[in-house]
Amino acid sequence: MTPDGATGADRPRRWRWAAASLLSIVALGALLGFGLGRDPRAVPSVLVGKRAPAFVLKDLQTGREVRLADLRGHVVVLNFWASWCVDCVREHPGLYAAWQRYGDSGVVFLSVLYQDQESSALRFQRRMGQGWPDLLDPGGRTALDYGVSGVPETFFIGPDGRIAGKQTGASSYALLVSKIRSLLPDGKAA
Amino acid sequence: MEGAVATRPRRLAPALTVAGAVVLAAVALAVGLSRGGPGPPTMQERVQAVAADLRCPVCQNLSVADSPSELAQQMRAEIAARLRAGQAPDAIRQFFVSRYGRWILLSPSGSGLGLVAWAAPGAALVAGGLVVAFFLGRKRSRRAAGEDPPLTASERDRIRREVAGLEEPE
Repeated sequence: MTPDGATGADRPRRWRWAAASLLSIVALGALLGFGLGRDPRAVPSVLVGKRAPAFVLKDLQTGREVRLADLRGHVVVLNFWASWCVDCVREHPGLYAAWQRYGDSGVVFLSVLYQDQESSALRFQRRMGQGWPDLLDPGGRTALDYGVSGVPETFFIGPDGRIAGKQTGASSYALLVSKIRSLLPDGKAA
Repeated sequence: MEGAVATRPRRLAPALTVAGAVVLAAVALAVGLSRGGPGPPTMQERVQAVAADLRCPVCQNLSVADSPSELAQQMRAEIAARLRAGQAPDAIRQFFVSRYGRWILLSPSGSGLGLVAWAAPGAALVAGGLVVAFFLGRKRSRRAAGEDPPLTASERDRIRREVAGLEEPE
């Protein structure tokens, strides 16, 4: 007999209950840990591998229309951004450097203004520098077509017109270079 | 005798009033139903119906119908444009699924993995009911048999100790 009065006959039953409780707690903890480790706002893109949705959008500065269909055969870096977005400001130098390096190698850089005012975007361009077209997306229809839920989001479109990758949140020079190089034909990837 | 005849119409009056009211209500209901309700839904109602099934991507647990965010407004405008172009609500939902994934739907689908989410609450309810029924049944059968649950060894020891304490007061 133990000090608390339990005898040998009670012990297996108590152990079974303790083991079952412990197992449930561990299972629940593991489930919670798994859930907490994931970002509930990270929206997985279903567009990777699919044909990039077509668009015809006007350039903010020149008023010229840009058609995605005309860019077949080129690697396209399509960046959704806004001047009010902190991460867009943060990623801009990397984007600019990548454009300087690959803009002449047939890689087309395009930005699409997202829920922003034209005047703010123009001020941003003057302050930060931008040599590639910034496209206007009235009503955000192109952003919806690309499943954009926040900025910045950057899509990498291969020469075959398919979306090869997507970066949600700020990109970096290193990330841009590695994505672009993976899409360029071998001879051009220098 | 005369008194009984005189009270009969008075007794019938409430019953006739109730019967009249029932007939009137039935006629009103029949007329209302034959007119086919309040008419076809407006464009705004149709947009809200589709938007209510979609999750607002920038909100915490809000549908596109309920969210005041700019993205939800743009999504509602897109739904309206597509409805005006003659697209069916299901095709519009499918468009958003093709762009944002199944995640965009507020309700899980009725097939595949989504079926688990629909079936789980019912299954849990049935399992809980079975457990309760099992324990209640056991208790009832024991009570019917007139037997108390057998004492565990520790309970028997405790009784022995406490009885011994009663018998030998200090």
